[in-house]
Amino acid sequence: MAKKVVEIKGLEYAYPDGIRALNGISLDIFEGESVALIGLNGAGKSTLLLHLNGILQSDIGTVEVLGMMVDKNIREIRSKVGMVFQDPDDQLFMPAVFDDVAFGPINMGFSEEEVKEKVRMALELVNMSGCEARAPYHMSLGEKKRIALATVLSMEPEILLLDEPTSNVDLKARRHLIKFLNELDITKIMATHDIEMVSDTCDRAIVMFEGKIAANGTVEEVLTNSELLESHGLEAPILVKLFRDVMHRENIPLRLNDVIEKPNKYKI
Amino acid sequence: MKHDFLDKYAELDSIIHRLDPRIKIVSFFSFIFLVISTQPTKFLNFLLYFLLIFGVILASKVPLRFVFKRSLIIIPFVLLIAIFIPFLKEGEIAGSYNFASLHLTVTYDGLIILFNVLSKSWLSVLSMLALASTTKFPELLKGFEKLGLPRVMVMVISFMYRYVFVLGDELMRMKCARDARSFGGNRKWHIKTIGNIIGMLFIRTYERGERVYIAMVSRGFNGEIKILDDLHVKKLDLCFMAFFLTILTIIWTVL
Repeated sequence: MAKKVVEIKGLEYAYPDGIRALNGISLDIFEGESVALIGLNGAGKSTLLLHLNGILQSDIGTVEVLGMMVDKNIREIRSKVGMVFQDPDDQLFMPAVFDDVAFGPINMGFSEEEVKEKVRMALELVNMSGCEARAPYHMSLGEKKRIALATVLSMEPEILLLDEPTSNVDLKARRHLIKFLNELDITKIMATHDIEMVSDTCDRAIVMFEGKIAANGTVEEVLTNSELLESHGLEAPILVKLFRDVMHRENIPLRLNDVIEKPNKYKI
Repeated sequence: MKHDFLDKYAELDSIIHRLDPRIKIVSFFSFIFLVISTQPTKFLNFLLYFLLIFGVILASKVPLRFVFKRSLIIIPFVLLIAIFIPFLKEGEIAGSYNFASLHLTVTYDGLIILFNVLSKSWLSVLSMLALASTTKFPELLKGFEKLGLPRVMVMVISFMYRYVFVLGDELMRMKCARDARSFGGNRKWHIKTIGNIIGMLFIRTYERGERVYIAMVSRGFNGEIKILDDLHVKKLDLCFMAFFLTILTIIWTVL
């Protein structure tokens, strides 16, 4: 059994204005898993992510990350849990790319040489080497999203949190990102509306609804269950709809590749 | 959207661009200091100062048209203040004019002061343009910080520089959305819309500030922004500064 990296018990959270965002969440996430949080706007996906690196803290319930209670080990946890925000303009706050990517490692107390090495490595990972001196406001949104990812990767996190990684990204950049996430071998937790991306990158899907976990299972279990998805305001991938609702098949493929690889199983 | 209004030509490559920002800051500020402290009647000195800064601008490969066009921006402001001096200063009269009951006299002393103010401000602007258009803004900030400008000020300017364009874009999008739905209406209504846009912009800025702070905290921010010190003074830098300051001093003292 893989190591448990996140353990949430009975977490409840209400924003200062009284809106209840989380209503009793209990959840375990294991090392190396790629987990998708799906659900409508306001279901509590982003709020849950913000609890995992201690930005938000609640009195009700406990959050344990990498064996540490979040409220007591905040610095340690923030250096090991990297969060990529939805709007790269929020994440890139320094005037030059290098300073932004180096921000995390410098705060972690690495030496000058180590910081430079980490920045180089992170920019290479996201395929943006050589733009250290550029200013974020001269970049396209796709490039900014990649730099935002690099600012977190340079800290070599053990857990990567992504808030809407594919929103507003063009199709080419989206393909790049999916390929990249598949090759990245760490625990990933992402909040998203992009169901097709979930089927391509995640092992587990968690459906959130009104601050609660409505379903929690493998991507195959959750995403092929169109009743479950639709009752929570979501939609199944088009392939699932075709095989299940139109062709009324037993075996339902999730990805186009499944069909191409096993045409006999799906009777094509 | 692409913006480059501050450091438009900072990406060019020339001997001036490659200089350490601290060297440039010290050199160009001493230039201003010496220009300002030159006696108003030393016309030759002003010509030589001009030739010096002109040489630097030539060496920087920044288009002259751009520099001179930009440098004229300051002139109206200076004129607004200085235009009355020739009429008010007492001294040898260069000419007097009568407009109905208004009697105006222009003095030589006044004219010299006018020339003095105009040429000094113009030379100062030229030198600041030479600094700003050959140095990338982040490097300029680093240079100022290394020279002892308080870190909190550098941080404020740095955030301003980073987000002024983001806000500009946001404002433009809101203006666009307004124009797309705006058909006529009276002036009062238009002013009200602008008021709403400004209010909206304020709230969005505030919220963005919160989000940026969260993003900073997520990466270990604890009240102090630390950056790597990657500025190194090279031989070329020292040569330039020695050369520049020597010529300046020669112009200032000897002539």
